Amino acid sequence: MIQDVIFYIFAAVLLVSAVMVISARNPVHSVLFLILGFFNAAGLFILLGAEFLAFILAIVYVGAVAVLFLFVVMMLDISFGDLRRGAMKIAPIGLLVGLMLLSQLVMLYMAWDAAPEMRAALELPIDESVTNTEALGAVLYTDYFLAFQISGMILLVAMIGAIVLTLRVRPDVRRQQVADQFARRPEDAMEVKKVTSGTGL
Amino acid sequence: MPELWSDYIWPLVLIVTHISVICGLVLLAVAYLTYFERKVMGAMQRRQGPMTVGPFGLLQPIADGLKLFSKETIIPSQANKPVFILAPMVLFMLALVAWAVIPVDYQMVLADINVGILYLFAVSSMAVYGVLMAGWASNSRYAFLGGLRSASQMVSYEVSMGLVIVCVLLCVGSLNLTEIVMAERPWWVQLLLLPMLAVFLISILAETNRAPFDLPEGESELAGGFMVEYSAMTFALFFLGEYANMILMSAMTVILFLGGWLPPLGIEALAFIPGFVWFVLKTTGVLFFFVWARATFPRYRYDQLMRLGWKIFLPFTLLWVVVMAGTLLVFDALP
Repeated sequence: MIQDVIFYIFAAVLLVSAVMVISARNPVHSVLFLILGFFNAAGLFILLGAEFLAFILAIVYVGAVAVLFLFVVMMLDISFGDLRRGAMKIAPIGLLVGLMLLSQLVMLYMAWDAAPEMRAALELPIDESVTNTEALGAVLYTDYFLAFQISGMILLVAMIGAIVLTLRVRPDVRRQQVADQFARRPEDAMEVKKVTSGTGL
Repeated sequence: MPELWSDYIWPLVLIVTHISVICGLVLLAVAYLTYFERKVMGAMQRRQGPMTVGPFGLLQPIADGLKLFSKETIIPSQANKPVFILAPMVLFMLALVAWAVIPVDYQMVLADINVGILYLFAVSSMAVYGVLMAGWASNSRYAFLGGLRSASQMVSYEVSMGLVIVCVLLCVGSLNLTEIVMAERPWWVQLLLLPMLAVFLISILAETNRAPFDLPEGESELAGGFMVEYSAMTFALFFLGEYANMILMSAMTVILFLGGWLPPLGIEALAFIPGFVWFVLKTTGVLFFFVWARATFPRYRYDQLMRLGWKIFLPFTLLWVVVMAGTLLVFDALP
């Protein structure tokens, strides 16, 4: 009973914050509502008994991805009034795209048929003695090893691509060379002269 | 309805009591951490520290707290009010909720969950929101710059902290904090973990925005950083949150590296002293390191901080994960 109540609380807050993400006037508020949404999704995962997924969601999305979102959105210098007027102009196109996506989803849902093995797997009892993390690791690093590695590679390529795209080589900037600084000895930098009084150098 | 009473209300009352006791103790610890810091720094700089309020100045934290309570809370007129008020609350709350999974003694923990270390990591990585929200909502250049600095700093150091935690988990084989403490570690594994302890200690300084990495609030260039617009109670919440985070990070170090509530160096003769005393003593030791670092080092320059995080710690910890995993595999010591 109490699980149901908690489920409805999480689900309701999740839906409300999802609506607020697209309807909030201020983009920073939108991102903050997005974070609230992530939190509630993590809560739903915990209710399902998938605590590993819940915390990975919290660490990756809330702890890293959304921070960067917020970072970028905060630095945007935009007038919200202009943004709103501009949005009204492209609203019909947006509506069209949205409708298309929705109809595709509905069609997909009607034609949906899960693989028969999955049906069978769903009926298996959940082994309580194996923790979530172990269970995930056991399949991820054996059966799905190749897919796992390939997804890692794709992310690596994306990262390198992002760095290459934003890298600006500026020859006129003098950067700190820490190795050179450490390699510098007193003998290279100064010369000690004995000066007899009254003569000068 | 007897089930309702025994199944729901009674456990709820128990949990709420437990939570209030933990929060009360953490707040007391925070109050006396400020005293500890001022006294230790006083001793290091050859002065007295607080000494007039109460015997040895012991009532000083309480006097400071009362002063902050009785001041006026000022909210800038151009500030984004809801976010401005939410920010200190978020920071403070996150510093407290993390204590739910910290085991101070064997079985002495509110929630002994399977993925305790992930919970801790998640909560500590969210502290950045309080800072970022405060910086943005204040609608002030200084505060905003402080918030941005803090965001990039905390995100950068989390990466190497995560890899350090992976190293520890490799030789434990569980994400549960109690099992991390109880895991058997031969001396050579301890030795392998020693460089990781050093990296972790430096990273927690950066993660909690403490000196020498206190750039988000660097008063010499940012006039107080992200909390420049905050006063009275809202400021006090930031202050409490920062110190509670320091204690939390110290407790995390103790659990991951220093054997939690077990007597130091595995000396059986010292086991008659209750576990939580050892836990408190070890945490105080790490907190002393925090104060010591603050009294010793000048503030880092910002690009040096980033260089240390990304160009030194990240490759080093990544390499060390490989070294640890390889060594454990070769000597057949994987759990």
